[in-house]
Amino acid sequence: MNRGILYSRLLTFLFWIAMSALTLLPVWWMFLVSVRTRADLFGKPSFLLDVQAMTWENYAAVLSNPTFQKYMTNSLIVATSNAVLVSVLALLAAYAMSRFALVGKDNLFFWVLTNRMAPPAVFLLPLFLMFTGLRLGDWSLFDTRIGLILLYCVFNLPFAFWLLQGIVDAIPKELDEAAYVDGASTFTVLTTVIFPLARPGLAVTGILTWVFAWNEYLFASTLTSVEARTITTGLAEFVTVTGTNWGQLAAVAMLTLAPAALVLALVQRHIVAGLTFGAVKG
Amino acid sequence: MRNTTTGWLLIAPTLFILFITGMVPFLYVLAVGFLDWNTFAANPEPRFAGVENFRALVFDAAFLKSLWLTFKFTVFVLASQLLVGFFLAKMLMRNVPLKGLFRTIHTLPLMIAPIAVGATWRLMTVPGLGPIPHWMQQWFDISYVLSRFPDQAFATVVIMDIWHWTPLVTLTLMAGLSNLPEEPLEQARIDGAGEWRIFWDITLPFLKPVLLTTIFIRLMDALRTVDEVWMLTGGGPGAETRFIGLHIWRVVFPKTDYGYGAAMSLITLYLTIVMCWLLYVAMTGMKEKSR
Repeated sequence: MNRGILYSRLLTFLFWIAMSALTLLPVWWMFLVSVRTRADLFGKPSFLLDVQAMTWENYAAVLSNPTFQKYMTNSLIVATSNAVLVSVLALLAAYAMSRFALVGKDNLFFWVLTNRMAPPAVFLLPLFLMFTGLRLGDWSLFDTRIGLILLYCVFNLPFAFWLLQGIVDAIPKELDEAAYVDGASTFTVLTTVIFPLARPGLAVTGILTWVFAWNEYLFASTLTSVEARTITTGLAEFVTVTGTNWGQLAAVAMLTLAPAALVLALVQRHIVAGLTFGAVKG
Repeated sequence: MRNTTTGWLLIAPTLFILFITGMVPFLYVLAVGFLDWNTFAANPEPRFAGVENFRALVFDAAFLKSLWLTFKFTVFVLASQLLVGFFLAKMLMRNVPLKGLFRTIHTLPLMIAPIAVGATWRLMTVPGLGPIPHWMQQWFDISYVLSRFPDQAFATVVIMDIWHWTPLVTLTLMAGLSNLPEEPLEQARIDGAGEWRIFWDITLPFLKPVLLTTIFIRLMDALRTVDEVWMLTGGGPGAETRFIGLHIWRVVFPKTDYGYGAAMSLITLYLTIVMCWLLYVAMTGMKEKSR
């Protein structure tokens, strides 16, 4: 290898080291704030982790707080239920779209996708009125986990539908035709032929929709008040209500971003296709 | 072909849920936009107001300012992200050790909850605690207080968005660049064309579909930015970073001016659609030309 190429490779390598540092810097800083005592927070900022002075008390305080436990449980329940619901419904819909001659299916497909593109702020008011207005006795959708689970379908269902559409289309038709010839019902075909073959795709769908639901803030903050609040609204409350407890704020924020960071490596190949709706393949 | 009724039954739950969560709210907001309805007003009952809300909006300085800020923000972030993203895509396509790791790290901000992105940047910029105010003071002798200086607040919001979303642009452009045909590039080099000329006449036309899709996606996302800005500046100082999503939220919830808020939502939706439609026309027009 000649010298010029070697130098240019070294420069590129150093450039990416610097870029990665720049990307990680804010997150690293937040981690540092979350493991420092209140007394260590102020003064000259240091980016070094002092292992001796490290403390987990912010995490302990947050995790032992019943309000926060509730928020965390809510987020887990809402994100998981929504991801499962959306994956199941979208698999059925994708199968219907792929194997049946439905009238006007191209328009239907486009309409489904447009639901994801709508700016959420625009729909806050009607959703709020619907959630508080539709009552069964004392019960309304407002401030319930069911409400959020259903509502998150508006952005997750089109996404899951689109993702699984490609996956079901790729499963050879002959396989389910053969099963039908053997006298299998649609249900049997779905569970014994389609589901096993679509499993890797379903896993990606589940993970990404789970992350999107977990990350959502605007709907959760306006359509819940006490009982169904999620971790993202809890994080926002830290600033507006308690204001100055930066250590705990950082701990909550770390807990909020942790799941997404953990699954990053698993799904990173699909993120680009996911965020651009397949217009660009990553 | 099997019975299509089965097909409709399979797709029905999806369509039903999307109808309830997507279509009904749209029709609802459309109806409320023509009402005079404020639950805290002297007369809290909804009354038909015709186009009164829309007429008032055209002269509403706060609304227009918010639209202008959103537009300015969108232009700033789009331009910077395209430039930086293109450069980074080029850099990431070079043969470099640990490429996969760098790519993963670069992708990280995309997965973080926007509200947590806001929290991250808030911790970076809080006076007395965050490193940015400290560095600004020490190196440039600048007093950096987001809650006091509008320009600093706006610039920080833009930088935060660049940190958050540039990776998407990098990755899409990388996908586009790796699909470039080799042959015309080599031919042009043999013919002695300069790098700039090659970029302008070959790379850019081939990259156009991917580029426009990227712009389209980023445009829609930038127009509806709320969470991270709310967390970082709360829309302040004053209303200097109160983008349209935040502005609508304020009119609808603390002020409970439902009719007016709905009209505002509709205009915002309309403007979003118009901008996207213009891009769509540009995109499809481009495809036909290249055919």
